[in-house]
Amino acid sequence: MAEILPFLKSLISVSGVSGNEAPVAKLIEEKWRPLVDETRFSRVSSLHGLKRGIGKGRRPSILIATHMDAIGMRVTQLVDGFLRITNVGGIDVRVLPGAEVTVHASSGAELPAVIAMPSSKLLPESAGDGALEIGYLLVDTGLTAREVEKKVKVGDLVSFANEPMELAGDILSGHTIDNRASVAALTVCLEELQSKPHIWDVWAVATVQEETSFLGAYTSAFEIRPDIAIAVDGTFAKGPGANGWQTHAMGKGVGLCMGPNIHPFLHTKLKELAERLEIPWFLDVTTAHSSTDADPMQVTAEGIPTALVEFPIRYMHTPVESVAVKDVQRAGRLLAEFIALLDEKFVESITWDD
Amino acid sequence: MPTFGTPQLKLLEKLCNAIAVSGDEREVRSLVLEEIKGYADEVKVDALGNVLATRFGRGKRRMRVMLDAHMDEVGLMIVAEEGEGIYRFESVGGIDPRHLIGKQVYVGKDHTPGVIGGKPIHLMESSERTRKVSIDSLRIDLGLAGKAKVGDRAGFATKFRRVGPSIMAKSIDDRIGVATVIELFKQAPSNIDLCAAFTVQEEIGLRGARVAAQYFNPDLAIAIDSTPANDLTDFDGNENATYNTKLGLGPAIYIADGATLHDPRLVRFLQEVAASEKIPHQLRQPGGGGTDSAAIQRALAGIPTVSVSVPHRYTHSPVSISRVDDWKHTLHLLHAALKKVTPELVGKGSR
Repeated sequence: MAEILPFLKSLISVSGVSGNEAPVAKLIEEKWRPLVDETRFSRVSSLHGLKRGIGKGRRPSILIATHMDAIGMRVTQLVDGFLRITNVGGIDVRVLPGAEVTVHASSGAELPAVIAMPSSKLLPESAGDGALEIGYLLVDTGLTAREVEKKVKVGDLVSFANEPMELAGDILSGHTIDNRASVAALTVCLEELQSKPHIWDVWAVATVQEETSFLGAYTSAFEIRPDIAIAVDGTFAKGPGANGWQTHAMGKGVGLCMGPNIHPFLHTKLKELAERLEIPWFLDVTTAHSSTDADPMQVTAEGIPTALVEFPIRYMHTPVESVAVKDVQRAGRLLAEFIALLDEKFVESITWDD
Repeated sequence: MPTFGTPQLKLLEKLCNAIAVSGDEREVRSLVLEEIKGYADEVKVDALGNVLATRFGRGKRRMRVMLDAHMDEVGLMIVAEEGEGIYRFESVGGIDPRHLIGKQVYVGKDHTPGVIGGKPIHLMESSERTRKVSIDSLRIDLGLAGKAKVGDRAGFATKFRRVGPSIMAKSIDDRIGVATVIELFKQAPSNIDLCAAFTVQEEIGLRGARVAAQYFNPDLAIAIDSTPANDLTDFDGNENATYNTKLGLGPAIYIADGATLHDPRLVRFLQEVAASEKIPHQLRQPGGGGTDSAAIQRALAGIPTVSVSVPHRYTHSPVSISRVDDWKHTLHLLHAALKKVTPELVGKGSR
């Protein structure tokens, strides 16, 4: 099996804040191009890679969605050479003070910067002594006020800039493991499919704006109109501060989600396959929404049978999100094996009740 | 004017990237020893780990001038193991826990990589999202197979960088002082005996400086540190009247801080030198805080002492920012001042 770590590291070394995914999209397109028959971008800039199956006539198709966008920040005001910011997606304000970021200036410059927490003397009393709301924080580029005003404009994006860190025991940590690790898993799947014949057409999709509106998943699922769809995303790993029923052990396998958002037939097939191949897996239950690309895809067009494959991520939505690389490999392998077993009769056999 | 350029910035980069939490200053100590080797007439590492080096001048009526900079930084210490690479930790020196979540650290002698995570925002009640965090609730995660020892120190994994007119790095407090003393030692004027004290444990009680002063017994001393520039914008648009210092205005000369009334003769002397040499400088707003000066001034029978700092923003956080020119002007001011030191400055002999 090809080593996916270097590619995943490169994926979390670039930006791609929701709505501005171009930097990471370029990297993914280059990686996928030799692995699929064609690549193109949707009207809203999701990346579509088509790998044709060997079936005759009208071939059924599967869409695998991995969102490539990242949470981040955006400049709202320039004040005395500092920048005020707001969030793009679900930012945890507790991680911001002292965080290294890049300001993507509209002048084209990428400015290294740090997020500053002003002392309480400079803030209203209502700011409190806990984690500060994002509106109280300032971004400092180290440049003079004049240079900042020349280069930066309201609306410019700010992304996390810390470098990937490999931790002992096959763990990769960094910003945007959510959800570049899933892009990596889908890449593993495409690599496996190079030597594995499949009847169905496979649409590998890197979606945009999952963190803000699911724009990419809605629109790509509509355009491609697959017979079934699978989203790949992170779920919560057990770890410091997180030990509830929603959390799962890292490095112990692939998560298979069940709940109203997931088609039970697909869930069962994935589960049976994992058992047969001895790929370790765990059950991840959701009561209503999965809050992934599986949500929008399920209700696209006349409705699409949808499943969700996951792996545990620690410290979700912090710049030190961590994942066990072997879980990513396992997810990729399970996807490839699942695609290989899809035959001409599979679509007809899908029923909600057993 | 002392030499200033790429070699000086490279030296500062090495010093800032090293980790030397109070009580474990080994990495900076070895860098300092390496740098001053070949310039020192006498050098020793004392009982606390201070590096004490002397460079003798030439001629008569030489003053013994002690230059002090502390090698240590605020940081973390591993205090308990919880298994599977998870460790409890405490802070060493003053760190605001709000700077810790989501940060990368290096642990122990081998710089084992680790992260300080936090509960995912998705699993928090809304009231929890801005609640004060305590260090006790946080953990260092070295990965499932990660190993550290209780007692290991940890520091932020921030890498030094040059950005426009600025430096962004961890531990500018006080590696910029260490680099300053190294440069002044290498480029020492010959009218004085220069006693360089690279001290330990400043951040937890000025311990190194006290014994360093007692060893050197200098005629006067200058503590070279880095002081906060709290020069950010007030949220409500009011005047920021408590900025301490401002970036870009040059070296900050101390008059009084929370621990020391600095020797008025030396305060005046530094301002006169700055004025005659046309070196930009500022007076640190009198107020709280303190430097090694406090320990030096009250050592032995009392030592005339002053402090000079290069200002930095975001003190004791993962990333601080200083202006290159402020450092250049600090070196320039101190070099010019050393050349003008005479016994009359502090009335030596008539005290």
